[in-house]
Amino acid sequence: MTWEIVIGLEVHAQLMTHSKIFSGASTAYGAQPNTQACAVDVGLPGVLPVMNREAALMAARFGLAVGATINRVSVFARKNYFYPDLPKGYQISQFEIPVVSGGTLEIHTPEGEKTIRITRAHLEEDAGKSLHEQFHGMTGIDLNRAGTPLLEIVSEPDMRSPAEAVAYLRKLHSLVRTLEICDGNMQEGSFRCDANISIRRHGDKTLGTRTELKNINSFRFVERALHHEIERQIAVVEDGGDIIQETRLYDPERDQTRSMRSKEEAHDYRYFPDPDLPPLVISEADLEQLRDELPELPDARLARFISDYDLGADEAVQLTSQKEIADYYENAVTKADGETRLTANWINGELMAWLNRCNTAFTDSPVSPTMLGQLVKRIQDKTISGKIAKEVFQAMWNGEGSADDVIASRSLTQITDSSAIEQVVSDVIARFPDQSEQIRAGQEKVIGFLVGQVMKATSGKANPQAVNDILKKQLLN
Amino acid sequence: MPHRHSLTTLRDMLRQREISSSELTRHFLDRIARYDDLNAFITVQEETAMASAQRADKHLSNGEYGPLTGVPIAHKDIFCTRDILTTCGSKMLRNFIAPYDATVVERLADAGSVLTGKTNMDEFAMGSSNETSYFGPVRNPWNRERVPGGSSGGSAAAVAARLVPGATGTDTGGSIRQPAAFCGLTGLKPSYGRVSRYGMIAFASSLDQGGPLARSAMDAALLLKCMAGFDRRDSTSMAHDTADIDGALKINLRGLRIGLPTEFFDDSVNPTVLTRVREALAVFEELGASLVDIALPNSRAGIPCYYVIAPAEASSNLSRFDGVRFGHRSEQATNLQELYEYSRAEGFGEEVKRRILIGTYALSAGYYDAYYLKAQRIRRLIAQDFSKAFEQCDIIAGPTAPTTAFGLGEKTQDPVAMYLNDIFTNTVNLAGLPGLSIPAGPDDSGLPVGMQLIGQFMDEGRLLGAAHRFQQVTDWHQRAPEGF
Repeated sequence: MTWEIVIGLEVHAQLMTHSKIFSGASTAYGAQPNTQACAVDVGLPGVLPVMNREAALMAARFGLAVGATINRVSVFARKNYFYPDLPKGYQISQFEIPVVSGGTLEIHTPEGEKTIRITRAHLEEDAGKSLHEQFHGMTGIDLNRAGTPLLEIVSEPDMRSPAEAVAYLRKLHSLVRTLEICDGNMQEGSFRCDANISIRRHGDKTLGTRTELKNINSFRFVERALHHEIERQIAVVEDGGDIIQETRLYDPERDQTRSMRSKEEAHDYRYFPDPDLPPLVISEADLEQLRDELPELPDARLARFISDYDLGADEAVQLTSQKEIADYYENAVTKADGETRLTANWINGELMAWLNRCNTAFTDSPVSPTMLGQLVKRIQDKTISGKIAKEVFQAMWNGEGSADDVIASRSLTQITDSSAIEQVVSDVIARFPDQSEQIRAGQEKVIGFLVGQVMKATSGKANPQAVNDILKKQLLN
Repeated sequence: MPHRHSLTTLRDMLRQREISSSELTRHFLDRIARYDDLNAFITVQEETAMASAQRADKHLSNGEYGPLTGVPIAHKDIFCTRDILTTCGSKMLRNFIAPYDATVVERLADAGSVLTGKTNMDEFAMGSSNETSYFGPVRNPWNRERVPGGSSGGSAAAVAARLVPGATGTDTGGSIRQPAAFCGLTGLKPSYGRVSRYGMIAFASSLDQGGPLARSAMDAALLLKCMAGFDRRDSTSMAHDTADIDGALKINLRGLRIGLPTEFFDDSVNPTVLTRVREALAVFEELGASLVDIALPNSRAGIPCYYVIAPAEASSNLSRFDGVRFGHRSEQATNLQELYEYSRAEGFGEEVKRRILIGTYALSAGYYDAYYLKAQRIRRLIAQDFSKAFEQCDIIAGPTAPTTAFGLGEKTQDPVAMYLNDIFTNTVNLAGLPGLSIPAGPDDSGLPVGMQLIGQFMDEGRLLGAAHRFQQVTDWHQRAPEGF
């Protein structure tokens, strides 16, 4: 039996406003607990929310970028439930009329482009944090995060595999960062994801019973958590059981999902329009200005990379997967004397490998775009070979300066002077008469060995192509 | 005796240095202490009041003064006051000290007034008799066995007993106007948005408005002018200037059309109350106004509509009182669920719990459409009734309440009978309009009758002006209860 997997995602993107969505308190991350919570955030008696216009404009910016309808009048509603880190006993959110309706996002799948529909995006305030670990037998409440603006972006159940879900998430992540509305920091919780998952038999028209998966806050966890949940659902159904509609929590430590609450235990949130806040109005003039200010979006940048830089689709997709990588690339390429493809190779290859190995973020790379561009230029002008360039890269990574600094201090300039190479080649032929004879007898494969010896003798500085040519010339003529 | 003078007169005497703020404040503080059997105050701020009176005297001696410099006032205990207890009449907040001042408190302080203390009130402003207060009922100075009305009963009793020349109140369904009527005062519920709600502990956010309780329209206008205006901390407050209030006292009533809703003059109203109101209307006619019969056909739906919307909003507004950050926290709780249950069960009184339950029910899945949405539709119809009526008249008049002050304990066992007190007032809140109650003479047992004037949105000036003209030719508003 094969099953069709159906996934929809809800992403909470923290908006990069300086102050909170309904108060003037700072949104900076990492302050001492409860030092960034004012009377409004704490929900003291008598306080009132005042809308932060910046958050509304960021939401509209997102809407424009995904081709959505920006509702010119949207309404804040109260979502009522009790929780210690929810100071007012309700969360101010949007319910019936969100600020953004509809929209789409294109993702790249092995089968090609796919459109994921976005249902809606609405503004809401974040809750505080409950700290269970530091206080024995008690819970600490930190309200610094309470009132931080969130844009909840809800997709349609359009994804058919965990890989598609991850592709969608990455695309969304890249988009909100390009739009400069969210810093996308998943560790700090600025970009969080819940998933709705169900399975059905191929060809079924109706959706199966779904479960909601919470706490999947890294791209890696998303894929793993979805896999586990899908396997669990398939096992239940194939055993003749029924999926129960419930909320499940992913536990990354034990790598499994477990039930958090069932549908019966679900809250009745008693939504109603918040009487403290007038409807949110976004004018045509606001939209006009936002349209004008819209930056180049990831899809447009991808297309431009393919056409302007002559890149293959795959490498362009990789380079535009994150705003930082694309920025890095464009900065590096200006120093690389038009070597667009070579620069792309170095970024997608060596740089990525080093970043992964050292667990370093793109923005923290010790090799700057300028440094990489200059390195590529030295390969292009044949000052060094590709092989030596790897040594230079490592030295730059370790802080030995620019490519030219490293080449000079380590005397790595490629020997392109053929008379110098010819001398070394003659010496090598003299030292390895047997191998030389084999080559003369037609075993051309052995030539590689002699090339190696010449490279060794020149500490890798000889141009390998030149060495090859000269060896053939001396042995075969 | 200075307490016999009106607030406006006292302000002038202070400016002319006929009396010092320290003397005046001392005098009123002494009266507050002397008549503490009325239970009008929850907190008396003797030391800070005297200190601020001394500061006012310094300013006055330098010839520097604001509109209220040196004038003692009191705030309903629903307004947050920095460093001073704000209980909202509830056990839940019996120890609560706000770290900030409500906008109304701040503005009246900036105007130079001296805060003598915080007045008693129905718990969370839920009541029409001041009997739901955790701090005990307030007695009506006109007859100590009667209620002063509610929820601003403490402020009303305090002004009526001349313990302060003016005080603040709040009105969600009649909580300024009905106590003003029961205590023989002039009390104004401003248009929704005229006065900032910031720092006023919310009962029903779409209905709540702060306003003045005073002895005359002139005094009420002076207080309103200091309280009103846009506040960036309250998104529902309106940018509207005070030109109408400034011009109010010069209004001529010639040609003023007063609409009389047939629904407000039926036999559910006490006959003496109706007689006093009709006599007052005759005075208005003599002053040049004309009377027009109008209809407010949906006003009968006002009480049920109000008792869905107000509790619905209250159920949400009062969720923050959970024992976690401030307010009463139960000692009995052993887990989170119990912390919520016990703290709220112990901290809230019966009427508050009743309204939370009603409101929670009205907002619940499956009932929302039938109750909350339907009530919102009725609310629009009620507002439309007023709009139509104002095509035929400039202000609307009728009794403020169906009866005069009733006996303590008389209606505490019958919530619906209690709710019916607001039958003529709560539609005004539902429509967001200004409403003013003025004294119209005594009933057979000498208790004051209140007449309500309802105005168009942001037309407080005309209401106050009409009331002022009336008060220039009558003296009901100058009568004090015997012994005060």
